[in-house]
Amino acid sequence: MKRIRSHGNAIGVVLFAAVIAALGAVDVFRPFGLRFSDLTGRIVTMDTMIRIGILTIVVVGLNLLMGYAGQISLGQAGFYALGAYASGILTTLAARHGILPGIADTWWWAWLAMIAGMILTGGFAYLVGRPILRLKGNYLAMATLGLGFIINIVSGEFPGLTGGNDGLTEIPRLRIGGFALWPMQRYYFLVWGMAILVIVVAVNIVNSRVGRALRAIHTNETAAGTSGVDTERVKVQALVISAVLASLAGSLYAHFQSAVSPNPFGFTVSVQLVTMAAVGGLSSIWGAPFGVATLFVISDLLQSRMENVLHIQGGGYEMILYGILLVLIMIFLPAGVTTSGVEWVRRLRRRWARSSGVETV
Amino acid sequence: MLKLEKVNAFYGRIQALRGISLHVAEGEIVAVIGSNGAGKSTLLNTISGMIPARGGQIVFAGRPIAGLPPEKIVRLGISQVPERRQIFSTMSVMDNLILGAYHRYGRDGRQAVERDLDFVFEIFPRLQERIGQTAGTLSGGEQQMLALGRGWMAKPRLLLMDEPSLGLAPLMAREIFRVSGRLRERGTTILVVEQNAHAALALADRAYVMEEGQVVLEGKSSDLASDQRVQKAYLGKATTPPSSPSP
Repeated sequence: MKRIRSHGNAIGVVLFAAVIAALGAVDVFRPFGLRFSDLTGRIVTMDTMIRIGILTIVVVGLNLLMGYAGQISLGQAGFYALGAYASGILTTLAARHGILPGIADTWWWAWLAMIAGMILTGGFAYLVGRPILRLKGNYLAMATLGLGFIINIVSGEFPGLTGGNDGLTEIPRLRIGGFALWPMQRYYFLVWGMAILVIVVAVNIVNSRVGRALRAIHTNETAAGTSGVDTERVKVQALVISAVLASLAGSLYAHFQSAVSPNPFGFTVSVQLVTMAAVGGLSSIWGAPFGVATLFVISDLLQSRMENVLHIQGGGYEMILYGILLVLIMIFLPAGVTTSGVEWVRRLRRRWARSSGVETV
Repeated sequence: MLKLEKVNAFYGRIQALRGISLHVAEGEIVAVIGSNGAGKSTLLNTISGMIPARGGQIVFAGRPIAGLPPEKIVRLGISQVPERRQIFSTMSVMDNLILGAYHRYGRDGRQAVERDLDFVFEIFPRLQERIGQTAGTLSGGEQQMLALGRGWMAKPRLLLMDEPSLGLAPLMAREIFRVSGRLRERGTTILVVEQNAHAALALADRAYVMEEGQVVLEGKSSDLASDQRVQKAYLGKATTPPSSPSP
């Protein structure tokens, strides 16, 4: 029976989790007085690592949608915002106005809000997905782009609910019973625990019946239909999954920043997310954390070093770089940096094996 | 089992089917022959729901199916092996075959799917040798085997085959037709559309001849094979050489 179900690489998961845990443990135990950021020459801090973990969750969703179902989304930051605002609104407003006393101030209320956000965002994606996913290619890109814009603009309105352009502040930190998931070192483990869980689930989806259907649609939508795949439904499912993941990440972001505002969920972020997915490899779930990390490091380096080199201030040049990067990757590494990297290593190893006279399979 | 009555269908603005009526009985192999552009592929695509039927009736197993989406029609028991094979070229041979059984997972369970896989590998041992290979790297004949195997994995009551011999070497084409015969022994009814009239008439019990979207002749394969008009037009046994070469 093992022929049908292929097993995810369990060793890889354990190894990856161990590295992540070890990195986190450095900041907790401070061996030789070292901090986490010292390990990376002060380029990647604990703060950055948490952001990478959060965005990894969004990018895994985009991988499923773009790399497997072959449907583009330039509005993913919108779903990300919906999750963040759901958590932000539910955890601050109820407490401020004294609604639901005895419930809104419990530790599990924030978790409930997170789940509510995922359900709402998933439901929203389902509703808009049916009409939008009939579009293809550039038209789908435009529609999702518009969707992201609308969510972003609406979130700046209704100050009574969303706090308008200033956003919401004093969003409480997450707790489990009496155990606070803060300071940052604790939150790090929560975020990366969830990110790894999401990766494992996504890898399993990809290797399941649904994943096979997704790849079939990507390869040949007509043939998928004649094979009995309900293409409309499977595409909507992929969008809903990606939206739910974005919402989860949004909630984690809201509790991390303790604040939300329209600014970090704009069009730029949607483009960054797509770039991250492309860098990691569109059809590579495991590429997601590396794609996210690569862009974070590049943009951090740009922000800290570029000013000294080029004497330009402000963040506008970042977008230019993203554009150039995306074009270069699509031309030279269409499978993404990670996938192509693995392929190169494999090729080198084969060449080495041949030259040393060892037979490989 | 399948009955079409006065079915019309359009390809863009061109009427590709003009009042087609035909029927296929359970356990039969029926061939539709005709030249390029006669509307043979449109006929199959209309039955499988890829092209909407306009006017007329399509009844399968006592149920009108015109207007249903393709994935519903597959579920009812009609599976199409599309022209030019239309395999999932970036996926493995195994994934392609399993996709054929996509809608059966919940219904029949994994064990039934596994058994059918074994049957496909028995009739096409080549596919088993290439089980992990990317489908796009297979030879043309192997791709046709894969398409046929995938179509059969849906466990259809009626299998629609669109030009199975197209672009294949004669030996390979013969192999495909031989296997079609074996599928019938397993209780699959087959409607096959072919330009290669010779092979189609040798395989089928009955046949229809299509011209310009209409059925112009029908009958037992053996009768059609000895029919003067069919011999002249499709079997290349002209009694007098054609006066002008066709363009």
